[in-house]
Amino acid sequence: MSIPADLKYTKDHEWLKLLDGDEALIGITDFAQNSLGDITFVEVPEVGDSFDAGDSFGVVESVKAASDLYMPVDAEVVEVNEALEDSPESVNTSPYDEGWIMKIKVKDPASLSELLDAAAYEEIAKD
Amino acid sequence: MSDAKRTPLYDFNVAHGGRMVDFAGWEMPVQYASIVEEHKATRAAAGLFDVSHMGEATLEGPDAESFLNSVLTNDVSGMDDGKALYSLMCHPNGGVVDDLLVYRKREGSYLLCLNASNVDKDIAWLETESKGFDVSLVDVSDSYALLALQGPKSFQILGAISSVDLSGLDYYRFVEGEIAGVACIISRTGYTGEVGVELFVASERGEELAETLLEAGLPHGLVLAGLGARDSLRLEAGYSLYGHEIDDVVGPVEANLMWTVSLKKEGDFIGKAAILSKKQNGPEKKIVFFKTGGRRIARPGTDIVISGQKVGTVVSGTFSPILNEAIGAALVDASAAKSDELAVELRGKSYPVARTRPPFLPLNPQA
Repeated sequence: MSIPADLKYTKDHEWLKLLDGDEALIGITDFAQNSLGDITFVEVPEVGDSFDAGDSFGVVESVKAASDLYMPVDAEVVEVNEALEDSPESVNTSPYDEGWIMKIKVKDPASLSELLDAAAYEEIAKD
Repeated sequence: MSDAKRTPLYDFNVAHGGRMVDFAGWEMPVQYASIVEEHKATRAAAGLFDVSHMGEATLEGPDAESFLNSVLTNDVSGMDDGKALYSLMCHPNGGVVDDLLVYRKREGSYLLCLNASNVDKDIAWLETESKGFDVSLVDVSDSYALLALQGPKSFQILGAISSVDLSGLDYYRFVEGEIAGVACIISRTGYTGEVGVELFVASERGEELAETLLEAGLPHGLVLAGLGARDSLRLEAGYSLYGHEIDDVVGPVEANLMWTVSLKKEGDFIGKAAILSKKQNGPEKKIVFFKTGGRRIARPGTDIVISGQKVGTVVSGTFSPILNEAIGAALVDASAAKSDELAVELRGKSYPVARTRPPFLPLNPQA
């Protein structure tokens, strides 16, 4: 189970990687992709859409189940990973890299401190 | 999960990375590595499935044949020794108690293979309905492990380790023999649409047989395959699954299973009048299979609509790894069964679906 130390996490098994400025990439964790199994479909919102922390912004579907995606922080969608349309299995094979889901603009950088660090997330992902 | 039963292959499944889930009261492997990869490997080479949760019963006695013909929709009178037959067992209303395989071992001696979720119901039903017939019914589910070896490489894998020559074993026939020294009933049947066999083996030798098959099959591309792939394979092949395409209410007329119903056989059978009437008057609902054209799965319970008006409900849905799109089956109002306007409602959006006559891809399990 991979939990990179340089990322932030949520209890909903998503990760957030802070980029330059107030932009960040988000995706689902290795634990989440492994639980879901073969991912067949990822629904993402439109670029420009805004969400509050905790809002459902999309869906990851596997052969077994559909799982909602929740926004980690208040943010606006800057870019979506269009490659997932044809190759959603990237979320399985490369959850932290090729399988990123979207790029967001964080509205309040201070809100990032409410996210979990790798050690805290590891506790949640134990079972 | 604590109350769930374990198959004789439980330790084998766990040791080989099976992800165990509760299915019909059994702890079963839904997958070992990847449902999609297990599915593809079964179509391309071979898959080995633990299906020991399925139930078995023996039926013996001078009235066995006449009893089976009174309680099953299909005609067992034409079966010779070594023949397997698929049939429904219906309620008087034409709904289905269970779908099952009947194996004729010899005159007056049959083995029945039953759905795991229905074993208790089936045994009770058969006990009740056999009053007045000279037969004895024994639930032998615990005596057998059942392995399914399916895929185009199945007979190459078996060839080197089978005591009997299987090259002459036709579809829906079985023989008793040994696979690497383990006695089995080798049945040329399956639930994937592929060439293959199902192997009934004494419970205590199930793991040994599975290990042997795995070892023999690895050079041919064999993979262990779980219930997830079993479901996507059977849906691609257009096979009905009890509790989905058929159930206590929905029967052969609705589910396009009239080929399993012998209206010509001698004597009455349970459900005949209702099935005949439904056939003549037309059923209220029909099962249709469909492709979505997209990757989003329409899961069981999803509404089927025409112009926003509900006309049915999805009963099976999965992702076809071969077609790369979602496929499914739905129970729809008979008046909508031939419509080209069917759509599924998924998360508030309507997606058109294309009715498809199964199988969804060219398959030839009899090859």
